[in-house]
Amino acid sequence: MANKILVFIEQRNGLIKKPSFEAAKTAADLAVKLSGTVEAVAIGNEIEELEKVGSYGVAKVTHFKNSDLANYSPSAYAEIITKFVNENGFDILFFGATSMGKDLAPRVSAKLDAGLAIDCVALNADSNDIIATRPVFAGKALVDVKITSPKKVFALRPNVFNPGVPSDAKADLTVVNVDDPNLNVRVTEIKKAEGKLDVAEADIIVSGGRGMKGPEHFHLVEELSQILGAATGASRAVVDAGWRPHGEQVGQTGKTVSPTLYIALGISGAIQHLAGMRSSKYIVAVNKDKDAPIFQIADYGIVGDLFEVVPAMIEEIKKIKS
Amino acid sequence: MKIAVCVSHVPDTAAKINIGSDGISIDPAGVTYVVNPYDEFAIEEALKSKEKFGGETVAISLGGDANKETLRKALAMGIDNAVLLKESGYRDSLSVSKALAEEINAQGAELVFFGKQSVDFDNSVVGQLTAELLGYNCISVAVSFTLDGNKIICEREIEGGKEVVETNLPAVITAQKGLNEPRYASLKGIMAAKKKEIIEKVPAAATNYVEVISMKKPASKQAGKIIGTDSSAVPELIRLLREEAKVI
Ligand SMILES: Cc1cc2nc3c(=O)[nH]c(=O)nc-3n(C[C@H](O)[C@H](O)[C@H](O)COP(=O)(O)OP(=O)(O)OC[C@H]3O[C@@H](n4cnc5c(N)ncnc54)[C@H](O)[C@@H]3O)c2cc1C
Ligand SMILES: Nc1ncnc2c1ncn2[C@@H]1O[C@H](COP(=O)(O)O)[C@@H](O)[C@H]1O
Repeated sequence: MANKILVFIEQRNGLIKKPSFEAAKTAADLAVKLSGTVEAVAIGNEIEELEKVGSYGVAKVTHFKNSDLANYSPSAYAEIITKFVNENGFDILFFGATSMGKDLAPRVSAKLDAGLAIDCVALNADSNDIIATRPVFAGKALVDVKITSPKKVFALRPNVFNPGVPSDAKADLTVVNVDDPNLNVRVTEIKKAEGKLDVAEADIIVSGGRGMKGPEHFHLVEELSQILGAATGASRAVVDAGWRPHGEQVGQTGKTVSPTLYIALGISGAIQHLAGMRSSKYIVAVNKDKDAPIFQIADYGIVGDLFEVVPAMIEEIKKIKS
Repeated sequence: MKIAVCVSHVPDTAAKINIGSDGISIDPAGVTYVVNPYDEFAIEEALKSKEKFGGETVAISLGGDANKETLRKALAMGIDNAVLLKESGYRDSLSVSKALAEEINAQGAELVFFGKQSVDFDNSVVGQLTAELLGYNCISVAVSFTLDGNKIICEREIEGGKEVVETNLPAVITAQKGLNEPRYASLKGIMAAKKKEIIEKVPAAATNYVEVISMKKPASKQAGKIIGTDSSAVPELIRLLREEAKVI
């Protein structure tokens, strides 16, 4: 094994996404373990502070540049990465398992005829093997997998791998202008959900369920989110009822999240909801039913009426923040 | 136009998962299997597309005889034909995709719908892999789909919003919840589906690049503390979050 590792650095609006730093650090650590080398590749137009990948242990980054590549184009991005891999003999690729990474990694893996492990939550390597751990059956089980093809593609679940403390090191940046990218599939517009923080990217999430009783009470969830700098989430019951948008749904058929803190308000904790949030570091539940299954995985619980408890939480946090 | 939809047969989302005696797969005892939830959106979109643009629809599933149940459901909803690619063993995503790509090619389908994710191994990659193998364009995690002549426009869900994506036929679209409301099978549809033949084929042998070494249950989180029963517990809760958990 040559162990030439390449990590894909994702940008949106010219800014590097955090899961890419997590992937960079993981790739750099793996390179040390395997006595290999590591480089990064980014695709876009203007990208701010790309040299910053150096502070996560990746000393070299290549930026493929074209104004048509500012937005994601699956066809162009996959072609550029594949060509770069083939020309330079990389054999291990890392992506963040973001919405872009999950779309792009399989395309590259098919082009390279490489095995793929997506949404990894742990990696263990010795001189011969890299064993990736990934959740299956919505987190009800975990599998350890080994990729046996010469080329290997890994995508890491966001918020799980620790990017560590960045150093001051800067990566060597090479900019390559791309002529005539393959724009067969291209993003023409991005519609932001009113500038809100997405549950998939948030460090703290406050979610409301049917116990909120109606959409008019979700201002409580939003207020608590706001003072905590958190994203607002929801159970499927309230999404199906049309109280909240689908983008907020946490669970098996919504988003899988692993924030540092997850606060569940008036959510019973059905198995499909737990599937999406059970890997949160700390879970707080407020529910008036002491037998609600959410309490079985909550670190801290209050068995009580959320309409009384949540305003008190908001007051208490305001007090300590001021 | 020939339209294909790929469907997988998976444990019900409410199923309790236990590890099988081989240590690398689940124990199927007591587990009910259903059509993969996302594939219902894919089936619905295939049916809507046929209603709009004409043509013929085919559902394809790779797996054991049990997958026929899922294919029957697709037929009952209104899909014209069904193909079972027989496989009794394990296949990784790329190997599944190679078999599906070969069949899609044989069918001559130029518009293919997948679910965004199979809720068994939760890979969310088979649609994209298959598209690459076919040399088709692909849009994943679609929450809307329009086709006009050759041109496709979809919205796909991303962190904090949606992307509008454009491409052309031939194409693979993977369906996210929100794409449509899957119809219920009518009684007539269910009766008709019973009589339809499910074509069985044996795909080329698997070449797996991803080996499952072990399967285990996650360390179960132990239930924490109940701090109180009303708002008087709030100061203590906030103190714990600050001092013990150090998260706020
Ligand atoms: C295929 C499939 C996929 C699914 N996917 C998902 C998914 O992705 N995400 C998801 O969340 N669900 C999913 N579900 C649905 C899931 O099974 C549950 O129905 C849903 O999670 C319940 O939502 P809930 O907890 O808000 O509502 P409920 O189960 O009705 O719970 C409401 C809770 O609020 C409490 N409560 C009521 N009033 C108060 C009050 N004043 N103060 C405090 N507590 C109060 C009640 O005690 C109760 O525990 C799925 C189901 C299926 C079949
Ligand atoms: N064995 C299979 N047979 C047919 N279609 C499949 C199979 N496995 C996965 N798919 C399709 O690919 C989608 C994504 O699956 P996955 O990448 O396994 O999460 C599913 O929603 C199905 O549409």
